[in-house]
Amino acid sequence: MALAIYLDNSATTPLCESAKKKIAYMLDECWANPSSIHHLGVIAKDELDKARKIIAEKISAREDEIFFTSGGTESNNIAIFGAAEKLSRRGKKIITSSSEHPSVENAMKALENKGFEVIRLPVGENGSINIQDLIAQIDEKTILISVMLVNNELGSINPVELIKKAVMMKKSPALIHCDAVQGFGKLPIKVQKLGVDLMSISSHKIHGPKGAGALFVRKGVQINSPVYGGGQEKGLRSGTEAMPAICGFAAAAEEITEIEKNLERTTWLRNEFVENLQKIDGVVINSGKEALPYIVNFSVLGIPSQPMINYLSEREIYVSGGSACAKGHRSTTLLNAGLSNERIDSAIRVSLSRFNTKEELDILRENICCALKNLRKV
Amino acid sequence: MKEIILIKNGELALKGLNRRTFEDMMIKNMRRRFEHIGKFTFKASQSTIMVESEDENADFDTAFEAAKKVFGIAGLSRAAATEKDIEKIKEVAAEYLADELMFAKTFKVNAKRSDKNFPLKSPEICMEVGGFLLEKFPNLTVDVHEPDIIVTVEVRDTHVYIHGNQHKGAGGMPVGSAGKAALLISGGIDSPVAGWMMAKRGLRLMGIHFAAPPYTSELAEKKVHELTRKVAAYSGRIKLYVVEFTKIQETIKDKCPEELFTIIMRRIMMKTAEKIARREDCEALITGESLGQVASQTMKALACTDRAVDMPVFRPCIGMDKGEIVKISREIDSFETSILPYEDCCTVFTPKHPKTRPSVEEVEKAESAVDFTEMIEEAVRSARFILID
Repeated sequence: MALAIYLDNSATTPLCESAKKKIAYMLDECWANPSSIHHLGVIAKDELDKARKIIAEKISAREDEIFFTSGGTESNNIAIFGAAEKLSRRGKKIITSSSEHPSVENAMKALENKGFEVIRLPVGENGSINIQDLIAQIDEKTILISVMLVNNELGSINPVELIKKAVMMKKSPALIHCDAVQGFGKLPIKVQKLGVDLMSISSHKIHGPKGAGALFVRKGVQINSPVYGGGQEKGLRSGTEAMPAICGFAAAAEEITEIEKNLERTTWLRNEFVENLQKIDGVVINSGKEALPYIVNFSVLGIPSQPMINYLSEREIYVSGGSACAKGHRSTTLLNAGLSNERIDSAIRVSLSRFNTKEELDILRENICCALKNLRKV
Repeated sequence: MKEIILIKNGELALKGLNRRTFEDMMIKNMRRRFEHIGKFTFKASQSTIMVESEDENADFDTAFEAAKKVFGIAGLSRAAATEKDIEKIKEVAAEYLADELMFAKTFKVNAKRSDKNFPLKSPEICMEVGGFLLEKFPNLTVDVHEPDIIVTVEVRDTHVYIHGNQHKGAGGMPVGSAGKAALLISGGIDSPVAGWMMAKRGLRLMGIHFAAPPYTSELAEKKVHELTRKVAAYSGRIKLYVVEFTKIQETIKDKCPEELFTIIMRRIMMKTAEKIARREDCEALITGESLGQVASQTMKALACTDRAVDMPVFRPCIGMDKGEIVKISREIDSFETSILPYEDCCTVFTPKHPKTRPSVEEVEKAESAVDFTEMIEEAVRSARFILID
């Protein structure tokens, strides 16, 4: 067997070299507290500022709009609870989609228990929401709209850039939050153009370390913080900054320079792969044609996800079923997208990074063919 | 679709025969500002500057934001360029402005036909395009007085340009057109605003900051770098001098009357700044002083500081209230940095009861107790500089 083939990049990614180097530097030499006013502290603060600048540039935001957190889940939680609490006097209605990541969905459930009204927009077969449904729901009592940019299971892309206009048209005070964890580094993102007030991104999905992420908060937007402490990150996320993780995050982000080119290349890769995959009897593609090409969800009818994943894993090919965050449950995203149980139970998600190659996908396809022959006999 | 930025220059149009010179200067400033964004070309024609790019993926978003901060520009818009064909014009208008039209309630079409060979007259273009858009976007109605969106169709020599609402530019005169001056920048709210105001009137800026380590910290100086950066976003690159002022301040403290400490310090600062300014071909000093704001900014105190130098001192904030200054500092985004709580050298050794009505004679006499010449020379010699973009 050749080198392992890792195709589960939406779960997490391996650390890139420059992030590794940066983390080592931060641990060995730049370990001071960035809040200290002596020289060591100033150097650490410089690194923190640099990291903030890099992340800001990657999404065309201002530096003072970037708040470091421990990752996507915390960013989503701070955004949702922070906004809901801040605006609760203006209304209690929140709109989200029915296929959000658990860190959004479960936060919404908690808000429902606190008396908020949560509207979950249906997703179509392609996994994304319809902007008309959203327009129909927005009103003057709507205080928050949270819609993910790219669905983690299907790769569907939501029309996030239209939400702002819908909000303006309806003269709603609603803040717009976007969980862009799966889109960051893969789609060109400009916060202005996207029209969001709050946006979550994460380090470990872009070849950075675990334990770092960021929340974009548009200048002028105020939200409450659920975290109390020493006032770091302008009081939004207190606690001494996780410098190695944050700077590693920025180093990894800095490496992503050719988003458009990578996207083009990956689209080609995906198209080739899907075309060949469809030739196999019993394979149906669940991801839409317009989905982010980095995520391909398909079902090998008749073979449940788990044995397929195990079979491939034994051959050092790593893919996933649903999202890694919802082990054991039938994927609500796929249910909501209207897929049959048979398709859901045999769903496989291949998620790429910019480093994956055509050869790797060819090997995957061959192995799926082998699995089909062998596994049905069991 | 080919996209361009259309730039309308403001006051420049009034400059008669000198207009070209001013325009060229503005284009030069823009070119420098756009360098790191991508490859752009600039073409001036019919009181408009057209910014284009050969590169299909050119970052027009960033370029447009940068252009909003270039002085000399009154208004600007992003436009789609298309062929001189009415069918094409209609299509492109509907497609290029779809996002805005979809959510607008009212609109009107405005046509400008500078190419008189185009078969349709302006009102006819308006009718055609307006009719087409009405049909395509059922949410729209026409309002010629206060429309949400004005769709402008400009028929020019080679292309037709279509754009939505025009954005306001930074105004003023191109940086450099009025010469070069040195800004005394402290770390407070006023001096960045003063620098911005004078850059807006066409001055190229140089910065001079006085530091007093160990009384002032590394962080305080960094704050000044950051403030300079905020101003440079509008003025273009600023060469910032950092002058070490500790020894001079300690000497004044030891040798001069306490109530005159601040005023004498201000005078020595001005003298030092003048020397650096002259060396760098600056023809004036700029300060953020505002009449009566503090003891050293009373009319009598300002008379004393003025006498220290032989160079015009521009104080654009002189007649402004704090609130007005704060408003500008928020607009140019320097406010949040200005209020970071670091000490600055003007507040080290501040006397308890500074003299608010010092006379020039009394100050000059007190100052003559020490010969500052050599210390000033040394401060100028040892000043470091950094370039801030």
